[in-house]
Order: sequence, then C-alpha cells, then structure tokens
Amino acid sequence: MSNVLVLAEVSNTGQIRNSAGMLLAAASSLGTPVAVVAAAPGAGAALVEPLGALGAQLVYVAETDQVDVLLSSPQVEALVAAAHALTASTILLANSADGRDVAARLAVRLTAGLAIDAIGVREENGRIVATHSVFGGSYTVESAFDGEVAIVTVRQGAIEGKADAAIPTVTTESISVDAASSGVIDAVHEAVTATDRPELRAATTVVSGGRGLGSAEKFVLVEHLADALGAAVGASRAAVDAGYVDHALQVGQTGVTVAPQLYIALGISGAIQHRAGMQTAKTIVAINKDADAPIFDIADFGIVGDVFTVVPQLIEAIGKRTS
Amino acid sequence: MKIVVLVKQVPDTWGDRTLTSSGVLDRQASESVIDEINERALEVALSYQDSNDAEIVALTMGPASATDVLRKCLAMGADSAVHVVDDALAGSDLGWTSAAIAAAISKAGYDLVIAGNESTDGRGGVIPAMVAEHLGVPHLTFLTSVEISPERISGERDTENGTVSVHAALPAVISVTERSAEPRFPSFKGIMRAKKKPLDVLTIADLDPDILSGMGRSVVLTATQRPARSAGTKVVDEGNAGNQLAEFLAAEHLI
Repeated sequence: MSNVLVLAEVSNTGQIRNSAGMLLAAASSLGTPVAVVAAAPGAGAALVEPLGALGAQLVYVAETDQVDVLLSSPQVEALVAAAHALTASTILLANSADGRDVAARLAVRLTAGLAIDAIGVREENGRIVATHSVFGGSYTVESAFDGEVAIVTVRQGAIEGKADAAIPTVTTESISVDAASSGVIDAVHEAVTATDRPELRAATTVVSGGRGLGSAEKFVLVEHLADALGAAVGASRAAVDAGYVDHALQVGQTGVTVAPQLYIALGISGAIQHRAGMQTAKTIVAINKDADAPIFDIADFGIVGDVFTVVPQLIEAIGKRTS
Repeated sequence: MKIVVLVKQVPDTWGDRTLTSSGVLDRQASESVIDEINERALEVALSYQDSNDAEIVALTMGPASATDVLRKCLAMGADSAVHVVDDALAGSDLGWTSAAIAAAISKAGYDLVIAGNESTDGRGGVIPAMVAEHLGVPHLTFLTSVEISPERISGERDTENGTVSVHAALPAVISVTERSAEPRFPSFKGIMRAKKKPLDVLTIADLDPDILSGMGRSVVLTATQRPARSAGTKVVDEGNAGNQLAEFLAAEHLI
C-alpha cells in the first residue's frame, strides 16, 4: 500500500488539532496513513502515541527550532521532506487557515495538483478522486488529478469514522527552513474555549440566532436551546454585524459552512448568503415572526411566531421528554 | 511603495449561481460583480495611500468582461490596472491561476500584494499563499487588521483556533478578511477619472509562455446540481408551536 501523508497540525502548546483524526481516517481508506508533524527538537516524541491512537502507522517528525516562530514554512518543509523520503503521492491537510496556507505553498513547490475543501476523498482506478460541495451545497463536484502528486484539503468535520489505532513506527529528521521567505509569528492568542458545547463545524446539531433576537443579552435564548439539545451555537452575519456574538460563530457564505443532522434557525430571515452555509443540513427548522422570510422555503418544519414564546416552550417540552 | 491588489469577477452571491456539467461557471446565468472581499483589499491599499506615497495597481485574471471590475477599482482610486486574459486560461485550476497571476505581478513590479482571504465563488483561499511561493516571498493571510510600513507589514491573523500576531518583511503577499476594512464608494470624480487611467491587457505570450508547463492539475470530472430543497410543514404559532416542534423532533428521532 502506498503512503498517504497527513499534516497533523499542532498547537504551540503541543496539542494535536482535532482535524488529525479525520485526516488519518481518510488516509487509511487510501493507503498507509502517515502523520507528518513539524516539531521543536525533542518535542515530537510526545505526539507519537496520540497520533498512533488516531490511526497513524508511521509518524514522520520533522524537527526545527523555528516551528513556533515561522508561519507555514516549517510545515511545508516537513511535508516536502516526508514526501521525498516516503515517495508519497497523496497528501491530505485540513481546510483550515493554517492547512490551506501550507497546502498552497506545498502545491507550488511540488508542482502538484491541488484540490480544496473536499468533503470526501476516494481512490478509483488508481486515481484519487475528491468530492466537493460548492456554491453552498447547490452542486456536488468531483475532481481528479493530472500529475504525480495530489494534494487535498479536507473540510473540517466532513469525514466521519476513525482509523484503527496503531503503534506507529517513527522517523525523525532535522529540516532547515528559509526564514527570508516566511512570515513571522509574534504572538498566539488561543481562543478561549470555556464552553462545553460541541465545535460548530463538527456538531450534529446547530442552533443559530439572527437579527430577530434583538440584542446580545437576548441572544442567550439561542444558547439555552443549544444547551438543551447538546448543540453548537451559530449566528447569521446580521447578528454578528450587530455585535450579538463573535465573528467565529458566523454561518454562511463568508463564515463557517455546516452540514449537521439538525439546524435550527431562530430569528434568521434566511438570506441567500446565510443559506449557502447551512442548506445541506439534513433537517432544517426555522422560527421567525415574518411569515414571508425566505428561510421557510427550505425549512422542513417552520413556525411563524415569536422566538421568545416558542423557544421557552420547546425547551420545556424537551426537558420533559428527556427527564 | 507599489501595491498590487488582486481582484476577481464573481457571480453575485445574492442571485442564483450555475455550473455547467463540466464544472465551469456559467457566466451567462448570473450577474457578474467584483467580489466584495476585493473591495476591502483595495480599501486597505487606498487608506495607506491616503497618507503615504503609494502606487496602486488592480490586477485580475478573467474573461474580457472582467474589465468591469478593474474599472470599478480605478474609480475607487487605483492608479492603473492589469488584465490577464487568454482563452488558454479559461477553466484554469488553482495551480494555473496562481502561476499566471504571479507572472503578471512580477511583470508589473510590486512591494506588497493584497488579496481577499477567499473568493465567494471558489472559496479556495489558497491563491495568495500560492502566489507568494511562486514569487519566493512571505505570505500573511486571513488578516483582520493590517499595518503597513515601508519595510514591513504586520497584522492579526484570524484562524479557527484564535488569533495570531504576525509580521513579514516586504516584499510580501497578504490576504485580508471581511473585518479588515469598510470599502469607500467611488466618487463621481473618481468614475470620470477612471476612464483615463491605464489598463494593460496581457496574454500568456506577454508573460512567460512556459509558466504553465509541467504543472500538476486538478481537473473536474463531474458537476451535479443537487435537487432544490422544498418547504415542509409550516405552522403559525397559536400558543402550542413549541410543543408541536418537540413532537416533530421526537418523531424524527432528533431529540
């Protein structure tokens, strides 16, 4: 079986990012899953066991003392070195900000084909085929590659399942990184995740609020319903622009794209730009005062009514059923 | 300082967008506009120019109709424009696109390249870093704030896991998010002056005929339109809708 490389993103405190599990699961369906990490000298050893638990059969540790200093280039050099050493022709990365930057530079370096934001990847007649959901899920596009190396970024949360745990073999190499062509990291401000709620991109249920909530204070109604359902919280751009919630929660064309089992839209009119981020949800529920709101055109269950009376009743009904 | 701003003509996100079965955008089916994020990228350049010595070039690759977005940039205040247009580039993947754009940037000359973080149609978000690799310079992408000085660029980078303060020496390529700047409107005077500003049209032959050779490619196999969603049950709340919804969710095994 051929080696399939996965870039395991690691935080500056040594935490393996969530995307590694999904990428290794995808890699295991294509060949031998190999986790590639860029790490400070000596720091890679601690990552081997957890990456094995996620399915890595080989962990390629590329050591450089520039890993927390230079932007993208340590990871690019790690993958270039691993691709050459392991003659890998398929490389998977997360479609995150960091993953995309690394994939971009790597594709040019290796003169490889690059496909972005895949929701699935498979091998067909010896060729890698990536599936994409484009224009907010209006189209499903399949792409393949001409050339020797295929690089795919995978949408976070898009691939379910898990690779079998392995006790990985380890290769450790030292790499050199050109600082002159690299951006420099001055400080990292990790988002505070004080919440127990699931991550928006990967959540099976999402409750989103819009301008109809009226204020940042009243937006807690969205959080209450989300907590009753064990759901993630999202928001429309209008709610974000109005300052009710942080930009990171924005669902839509220019925010996060979600495809949960259940999406509940509270006080969201459903402008086409919002629908582009959620219309592939399996079941859509909408509650809105305006009977003509376009969100009702795509809702499996729509309620024309006041969120501040309907939602508390819903929360109470959910409580009765689960208790 | 010479600043090149990358712009793209995209189908309006407020209307229907259509792909052909071969995965190419059907440009007849929707209204074409400048991508909103490009106006913000241009604004970052213009606000630097407001109080500093700078020359701003708007650059696009696209069919003949893409001239419209360059005219809009010139009306907003860009000094000149470059349009890369060649039938051989129609349906280019990310690799070809980045190679052609990088060649055009090299030809124009630059200290700083500013792009939007991702287009609203392709949503790739990789062209800026690909261009940076072609040019052999640093990239700083997904910036929510930007500080430009004659020697260096710095800003706050927005990622899924938080923000990162970054800087790079010039020349460099950056991309900015929708939180970076609120674009100005073209003034009447700006629109009139735009008509006299230089707009260069370049083909692959004007750049480097070899730029596309030997590159791997991503190729579309199929593009299938998903069936449109239809509306399901719609009720008007008469005091019991919350309970009705709970019953619906239970029946669907969602609670």
